[in-house]
Amino acid sequence: MDGLLGKKLGMTQVFTPDGDAVPVTVIEAGPCSITQVKTGKADGYDAVQVGFGDRREKGTTKPLRGHFTKAGVSPKTMLREFRVDDPGVYQPGQTFGADTFAVGDLVDVTGISKGRGFQGVVRRHKFAGGPRTRGQSDRERAPGSIGSSAYPSRVFKGTRMAGRMGNNRVTVKNLQVVGVDRDRNLLLIRGAVPGHTNGYVMIRRA
Amino acid sequence: MNLIETVSAEQLKKDIPEFRPGDTVRVHVRVIEGEKERMQVFQGVVIQRVGHGVGATFTVRKVSQGIGVERIFPLHSPIVSQIDVMRRGKVRQARLTYLKSLRGKAARIDEKRE
Repeated sequence: MDGLLGKKLGMTQVFTPDGDAVPVTVIEAGPCSITQVKTGKADGYDAVQVGFGDRREKGTTKPLRGHFTKAGVSPKTMLREFRVDDPGVYQPGQTFGADTFAVGDLVDVTGISKGRGFQGVVRRHKFAGGPRTRGQSDRERAPGSIGSSAYPSRVFKGTRMAGRMGNNRVTVKNLQVVGVDRDRNLLLIRGAVPGHTNGYVMIRRA
Repeated sequence: MNLIETVSAEQLKKDIPEFRPGDTVRVHVRVIEGEKERMQVFQGVVIQRVGHGVGATFTVRKVSQGIGVERIFPLHSPIVSQIDVMRRGKVRQARLTYLKSLRGKAARIDEKRE
């Protein structure tokens, strides 16, 4: 498998033998169970569906419960698919964990970024705002012009304005695996990872 | 203890002597120059300790050839191989930044009497 699901536990730092402090994100990555194997013949594409994180049986809908029973795994909170070249080698019910990756591997991590709520244009799009002095009023964080007047008589689609920020699916590419703890299913990944603590993330080989 | 702390706990040193701001310490620092590795000693007054856990640091100040030199050491870094406490100082602040503006006799710190 070239992918894993996990939970972001937070950040800390580790020292290299040379004394450099490396910032790392700790991710509880596994145990992940295969819940379904999709093949080109039956589903039109080759993929493996993977589940992570236990949930109560009672809180699971009946159709989903059937889906998990068929695979022979307990109900999971997070289900994601990973494209694979050869689906034949995978069986529903197989589990795997953090040792999927080795120290030094490069991975892409996908998560849901922290929601920032309704933000102005300065914070959301890094606009510079207006001048602070010389007789300005109400201009300090204003967006400036949003287009011409009589023609086109409208604002173009996609014009950057204030609005909801964050809470998007974000992928950070080429992060280095610094440590793997096989027993506790922990991955240490260099740098920051999208999302809040206890948020779910998807890790794929870069 | 949560899982994050257990990860960083493996990094923590257990042989760190107790020392406080105002104490005079000798810090043995590993210096790596290309292939070679040697020890360097930095002796001075601890002027502050910051943070807890793996990220904890301390600042040591000495006056070298009339010029004040301060070094910030990560407490748990493998570079810091040994800390010797030479003298306990009697101070009333947690951060001795006032030492920077003092020189000579005024910058002395009384020894703590138990």
